[in-house]
Amino acid sequence: MLKQIEGSHAVAEAVALCRPEVICAYPISPQTHIVEGLGEMVKSGEIKQCEFLNVESEFAAMSVAIGSSAAGARTYTATASQGLLFMVEAVYNASGLGLPIVMTVANRAIGAPINIWNDHSDSMSQRDCGWIQIFAETNQEAADLHIQAFKLAEELSLPVMVCMDGFILTHAYERVDIPTQAQVDAFLPPYSPRQVLDPANPVSIGAMVGPEAFSEVRYLAHAKQMQALELIPKISREFQEIFGRESGGLVRPYMLDDAETVVVALGSVLGTIKDTIDEMRADGISIGVLGINSFRPFPISAVRRALSHAKRIVVLEKSLAVGIGGIVATDVRLALDGLDQRIYTVVAGLGGRNITRGSLHRVFRMAMHDQLEPLHFLDLDWGVVNRELDRERTTRRSGPIAENILRDVGTASRQSV
Amino acid sequence: MGFQPIKFYQTGTFTVGNRLLPPEQRSVQADMQRSNALNSGHRACQGCGEALGARYAIDAAMRATGNQLIAVNATGCLEVFSTPYPETSWQLPWIHSLFGNAAAVATGVAAANKIRAQKEGQAESQTRVIAQGGDGGTTDIGFGCLSGMFERNDDVLYICYDNQAYMNTGVQRSSATPPAARTATTMPVGPEPGNVFGQGKNVPLIAMAHGIPYVATATVADLRDLEYKVKKAMGMRGARYIHIFVPCPLGWGSASHDTIKLARLAKETGLFPVFEAEYGEVTNVSKIRQKMAVEEYLRPQRRFAHLFGKSPKLDVIARFQHIADQNIYKFGLLGEDKATVGYYGVESV
Ligand SMILES: Cc1ncc(C[n+]2csc(CCOP(=O)(O)OP(=O)(O)O)c2C)c(N)n1
Ligand code: SF4
Ligand SMILES: [Mg+2]
Repeated sequence: MLKQIEGSHAVAEAVALCRPEVICAYPISPQTHIVEGLGEMVKSGEIKQCEFLNVESEFAAMSVAIGSSAAGARTYTATASQGLLFMVEAVYNASGLGLPIVMTVANRAIGAPINIWNDHSDSMSQRDCGWIQIFAETNQEAADLHIQAFKLAEELSLPVMVCMDGFILTHAYERVDIPTQAQVDAFLPPYSPRQVLDPANPVSIGAMVGPEAFSEVRYLAHAKQMQALELIPKISREFQEIFGRESGGLVRPYMLDDAETVVVALGSVLGTIKDTIDEMRADGISIGVLGINSFRPFPISAVRRALSHAKRIVVLEKSLAVGIGGIVATDVRLALDGLDQRIYTVVAGLGGRNITRGSLHRVFRMAMHDQLEPLHFLDLDWGVVNRELDRERTTRRSGPIAENILRDVGTASRQSV
Repeated sequence: MGFQPIKFYQTGTFTVGNRLLPPEQRSVQADMQRSNALNSGHRACQGCGEALGARYAIDAAMRATGNQLIAVNATGCLEVFSTPYPETSWQLPWIHSLFGNAAAVATGVAAANKIRAQKEGQAESQTRVIAQGGDGGTTDIGFGCLSGMFERNDDVLYICYDNQAYMNTGVQRSSATPPAARTATTMPVGPEPGNVFGQGKNVPLIAMAHGIPYVATATVADLRDLEYKVKKAMGMRGARYIHIFVPCPLGWGSASHDTIKLARLAKETGLFPVFEAEYGEVTNVSKIRQKMAVEEYLRPQRRFAHLFGKSPKLDVIARFQHIADQNIYKFGLLGEDKATVGYYGVESV
């Protein structure tokens, strides 16, 4: 059914249709509306036979999820930013144990300085944690991916993170087609665990493993993610058969045939990029974009296939590996190993900074003329940066950086967070 | 085992043998029906109080639930010695997740059990869950999750095996380490040798402050009392907490064969009050049978060796005695006295 609905509520409704059995959560912007919606649906009886737990921290949220999943319940939670970092030990544990938990990450920057707005630093920080990470471009896709995520997680017995841009998607009202219960039931069978805490058949889960077998256990975690490379497109096709629309998959090409310049990006910024590309194509410029839907596993072959004909690649990412540059870009470089192409990294949209079509036009044109430096920070205010660098050169007690910069840019320090 | 009624002259003494007790009070060490949930072959040290406590606690819970039990274990000695890959000593469904999250994992298990029961048309789940961990996993790193589980009144029995330090990592101080005790991080050097006075937290009392249905303390010196408390706890729903005093020969520098003796002395000196509480009120106190001086308890343990020797630290020993006496007074551990404690202001060691 078509609904004009907030992204968070679309996700809540999609999760509800998956017949979750345990939902636990701890509030953090911009994830709150999702779990509030689910909490209300459980309390009102709209979601039946489901336990909704308000826990005392994200660490507890993921730990409760570990317990309920291991005891055989379909389990969901959601978080963002500091919350994701607060649960990290349990995040690794969930994937190490192979528990098919589904978690939304409403992507948000990580502090300090504390910042509630969107970028991808949070989920990127967990790129090696063993979870599958898939990114939504639109709210329709965010809703769809959650339904696919349960299927993917449970078939592989691996946890899945559905990443959606905080505020940009979570708080945006858009038209979303919410499927029927019958459609979801036809797509997603009841959870049948590979391992379960069951008194009728007692097993020990989570025992200590030494050097004699640790590598094998870890290799199998990797092998499962490699299986996901096959399963993600398969599930996306099955989804299309039942729901009649395309969503998910490994990568999404747009205007790639013959494109000399190809932009690579993840998440909602793909919309703005496509608009920009449409305009540039109208000007006769040969440019396209590759959206990466599955970031973990990283679809090396699919990326290579899609990009091998391009002359240059611009990886535009909302994350920064401090001390080296791009995170996504590093993976893209690996996929393109041995090919003779120029690869640019553009770090953009950190902490919620707008990524405008104007800026994209400028940076893509610079790339086309190979005038872009290898690592570019989109719309960086060099005046402010240089003033702070200068201050540090000349004054020993130069003070806290963030506060200095706020003063320089003239933002009052009474902003509320 | 045949049943013999207890003779009147035997009550209130130490001499009542197992076979003389009513069947429900008897130890079932050799019972063919015993679940042996923590089976032989594990790697605990000789005389490990934690292994003994866990064996009795979990077997009692297995009996109380008709073997419909799941255990969640925090990282620590119990987890490590019971599950060296690829072996496991556990004869019940068991999960180890992390050091600081056993209570929350158990909450998740309880939630899943509840929903399964609902789907099977039962009012409440017959499968129950126990979370267990050492003092470090309980009073320090797992404390947030523990308090959250208490506060929500989740249907979990949490058992803390208190050996008064982080044993698994080599005997470091925890917030359950007693004053003056030598640990690897509170060495008997400097002006105040060993752990300092005036620190630490009393988790049984903090548990009571949550107003949960049941809180109890026990020691491995009185296994029948422990079994009784576990059974009672499993007969209730909601959050329950049992704190078991478990001597650790390795960490305390005590003889393996002194584990039971030290546990008994901890209780008989008043240093470790043994009691039960329901909904925040003390309901039952195990009286001291034969009051002992704290020296008797301290002296056999090398972690307190610096208090004795040529020039005993009489002042420090006196401070211990003061703590014991305070406990005796506040909990009414002697004679006919009633406990005067709420959940505040009582020290125990
Ligand atoms: C997050 C984290 N920090 C530290 C450790 C190291 N560690 C493992 S077991 C342990 C000590 C356990 O002490 P306690 O809970 O008292 O149990 P015991 O071994 O004494 O029975 C420590 C510090 C860990 N595994 N995880
Ligand atoms: S170190 Fe202590 S707690 Fe650990 S196994 Fe040995 S005796 Fe038991
Ligand atoms: Mg300990």
